[in-house]
Amino acid sequence: MYISSTRRNSPAPAVSVASASPAGLADPAEIVEAAPARADAASVPVPVPVPVRARVAVAPNVLALGSVSLVTDISSEMITAVLPMYVIFTLGLSPLQFGELNGLYFGITALVRLAGGHAADRWQRRKLVAGSGYALSAVCKLGLLAAGSSVSALGAVIAADRTGKGLRTGPRDALISLSSTPETLGRSFGVHRALDTVGAFLGPLAAFGLLLANPNHYDTVFVASFCIASFAVVMLALLVRDRTEAVDQANPVSLGAALRLLLLPRFRRVCIAALLLGVVALSDSFVYLLLQQRLDISAEYFPLLPLGTTASYLLLAVPFGHLADRVGRIRVFVGGYVALLSAYLMLFGPVGGVVLLLPTLALHGLFYAATDGVLMAAVGPMLPVQLRASGIALIQTGQSVALLASSVLFGAAWGRWGLHAALALAVASLAAAILAALWILPLAKESNT
Amino acid sequence: MNTRTRVLILTVTGLMAATAIVGYTVNTRDAAAGASPTGRIDLATADTIVFRDTAPGPDFGHIASVPSAHPDAAPTVSSTLCDRFYAANGTAICLQRGGALPATYATVLDHSLHQVRQVKTAGFPNRARVSASGRMVSWTMFVQGDSYLSDDFSTRTAILDTKTGRLIDNVESIPLTLDGKPYQAADVNYWGITFAADDNTFYATVRTAGRTYLVQGDYRAWTARTLQENVECPSLSPDGTRIVFKKRVNASANRPWRLYVLDLRTMAETPLADEHSIDDQAAWLNNSTVMYGRPRQSGGDWDIWAVPADGGGAPRILIHDASSPTPLGTDTGP
Repeated sequence: MYISSTRRNSPAPAVSVASASPAGLADPAEIVEAAPARADAASVPVPVPVPVRARVAVAPNVLALGSVSLVTDISSEMITAVLPMYVIFTLGLSPLQFGELNGLYFGITALVRLAGGHAADRWQRRKLVAGSGYALSAVCKLGLLAAGSSVSALGAVIAADRTGKGLRTGPRDALISLSSTPETLGRSFGVHRALDTVGAFLGPLAAFGLLLANPNHYDTVFVASFCIASFAVVMLALLVRDRTEAVDQANPVSLGAALRLLLLPRFRRVCIAALLLGVVALSDSFVYLLLQQRLDISAEYFPLLPLGTTASYLLLAVPFGHLADRVGRIRVFVGGYVALLSAYLMLFGPVGGVVLLLPTLALHGLFYAATDGVLMAAVGPMLPVQLRASGIALIQTGQSVALLASSVLFGAAWGRWGLHAALALAVASLAAAILAALWILPLAKESNT
Repeated sequence: MNTRTRVLILTVTGLMAATAIVGYTVNTRDAAAGASPTGRIDLATADTIVFRDTAPGPDFGHIASVPSAHPDAAPTVSSTLCDRFYAANGTAICLQRGGALPATYATVLDHSLHQVRQVKTAGFPNRARVSASGRMVSWTMFVQGDSYLSDDFSTRTAILDTKTGRLIDNVESIPLTLDGKPYQAADVNYWGITFAADDNTFYATVRTAGRTYLVQGDYRAWTARTLQENVECPSLSPDGTRIVFKKRVNASANRPWRLYVLDLRTMAETPLADEHSIDDQAAWLNNSTVMYGRPRQSGGDWDIWAVPADGGGAPRILIHDASSPTPLGTDTGP
């Protein structure tokens, strides 16, 4: 449903949310309820308009943040690519222990993510908090060497690395959101995610290149990763400009205020829908597993499947960000899940071979292009400027909790009813969740003020 | 700070980072070169234990051997690199990851560790075994990401008949009878094969729907049936009467397994004296002793230990910094 462009500059988002709900499902009570909530977070300011240079270029600050992410991702994906081999062969841990290392401290990292968003808002030091996250992850690369083969030390280093990532993501996305013109938020996030993905592509190549030069010397990978990550911290310090608002002494950013963001009707709806979709969307390995089973791909080429998704994501991130700006970010976000559902359905369909492989991976990448950055672009304008990092951290934490829940639930369903029943259940739940999201979400095209 | 200063600082840090990476890489490379071990190992040498040397330094990952009578003697370290190794009667199997893209090779070696045949495969080398005659070779790889849950794993187990050259890349296709009924499921995983003296009967672990079972397989008839629940990584004794295996004794990942011996005639299980969690396919040093890799403390740094197979006695350390224990020309008497 298209909302006429007259709403585009509507200054009253809360009302437009309610009236824009499909099929008139928003009852009047909700609108009434919404009003005090808005008043409560009364500091909701209209974002300071950045000089409009729409459709011209992406803000230099966004490009700078994108470059920092690119370099950081090279560094972190180098580690991701070799860590299982290092842990299992050089350290001699069992895959079971490795799996445990991965799941450790999940709760702590979720809390740190929230704390990072809150700290960035409270002191209006987004760059500093993001920078500490980048620096912490950089140091952890050397920590991997220092930890040796102690499982507990290794677990702590991996958790610290994740903490760094959790710490930086919210403030960084808030900076992107605050640095770009409201009209081009989708494109800005698209550009950032595309740059980020380039790094994810290059990281494993760099790592395997180093291992080719120095077989079995994982320490060279760790040291190189540390150097690259440190360079990214310097880049951040020199190239990225912080966006600070004067700290409002009379109305300080409190934890309560951050949590009360959930009372903002539009934001709350988006959070609920994102959580719901997150719980029923299965993690990536699911798609790869099914593809492999359907096509009988040799295990040797199995690690290449994610590259297909990454390539598609890389190519589509900017166009879909742009599309989101034009037709509505929330709509594109839901569309992403429809693409994911289509990918699942293709896996059940009659066609096989390359006809199955390429479109499925393309749809899977499209799913990321239409949801990851687009969601951040969508929620940015719903959040007051001085609470933006908190709000973004809140929804990202919700997403990571949802992902964990999805893995646990699917694993339980698989164990109980077998793979095929679990899959059918997953597909049906995703379809149902998309329908529910259409009902919950404020689908109106965003007003850009 | 003006733009020029920024660019200057960025360039300088960038160059510093690049120099550090190149310097470290070259330095490590030079240190590693030249020190490679060159010892000669002959699998025809009786009463030796061959293993994977994991002592830090140039010997790390190389195949080495010590006399069974003096396992604490200085090992003979060969130039052969393996992640997992086993040998019997002049045939060895070496699993090794290599190459730029992570590929894994299963290599059959002759008595002097020269390559006879190489199979390209994928995943993390996990188990390797050669039948007593040297004819039947089998191995298991962990394949990550093959399975849905990230902390779960799936396995691929292969059998190679060195006499006919027939390779079964993945034994999952074998018709399985579970608890007496024909069974089919997508999540069936096999690992840890051990062949009997007839080079036809084999034992392995199968896991499906969250349970593991000991299966007995018939290679020529190509069928398998479950014998007992909760048996992993079986290893048949030289006299063919017992199986040493790891039993899941703890549902959590904290110390999950203990070594047990199963008497195939009575199907009675006996826990062995080592109470540490053992994650290995043990090997029989002789008919009364088994040996296995055991991680020091919480993980990493493996040593080879031995324990009596009757549940009595106490575990003792055989070889420091070692894994993949392989007995050669062992005493097969009582």
